[in-house]
Amino acid sequence: MTSLTLTRRLKARPSIVFDALTTPAGVAAWWGPDAGPVLLAEIDLRVGGRFRVRFRMLDGSEHESSGEYLEIVRPELLAMSWRWAGNEDPGESHLEFRLRPIAGGTELTLTHSRLHDEDTRRSHEQGWSGALDKLVRHFEGGRAGA
Amino acid sequence: MVNYQERLNRTFAALVDPTRRAILARLEREDEASVSELAEPFAIKLPAVMKHLDVLDEAGLITRSKQGRVVTVRLSPRPMKEAMDWLHRYERFWTERLDRLAAFVEREERKARKKEKPR
Repeated sequence: MTSLTLTRRLKARPSIVFDALTTPAGVAAWWGPDAGPVLLAEIDLRVGGRFRVRFRMLDGSEHESSGEYLEIVRPELLAMSWRWAGNEDPGESHLEFRLRPIAGGTELTLTHSRLHDEDTRRSHEQGWSGALDKLVRHFEGGRAGA
Repeated sequence: MVNYQERLNRTFAALVDPTRRAILARLEREDEASVSELAEPFAIKLPAVMKHLDVLDEAGLITRSKQGRVVTVRLSPRPMKEAMDWLHRYERFWTERLDRLAAFVEREERKARKKEKPR
């Protein structure tokens, strides 16, 4: 299964983090990838309810994602399906936020799984050997685009 | 014009083969090589190597130039860069957002503490 996991320690209690993930005002405050605005944040926070978020980036492009809430345990767990509008990434994936209280705040673990093109991506990833890792470093280094 | 998705398809299809990846890795090390030099390390015939080079060429991953009878092959980085960006896109997407989420909730936490204290 192809997935992505990121963990962050946040200096805020879990209930505050949970509200930032699940209220339109909260989402609007942090969702934008750059200084571009969040244009729309619709949230129907109940299992089976849907969310829809649309934002504009500084390059002028607009992107929208939506999904259905699958599991809600405030302030510990939020799970939803995820899909981009348009054909940016056809197919549905799975997004999960887990919040754990720690001293001075919250440990947040984000898991984005069932990413589209899983089989293709898995086979490519397995095939991407050490040789390719070198290429990756090469292309991430200064000579990219040369 | 070939669109972004088609270019990605071609790049990944080209990269799925270990011989082709080995060719790319070598070109990354050596900047350029002739077709016969590239064929040397592989236990396959020259025509098979030529076929692999055709696939890499169609994916835009290499360029070939001919001088006399020698064909020189070079790496062409752009499609690979796009493929890397694609593989990393969710990671980048969420990393950027979580940075902003952290800033936001820490502000909210400070506000909440201020409210609690005076009571």
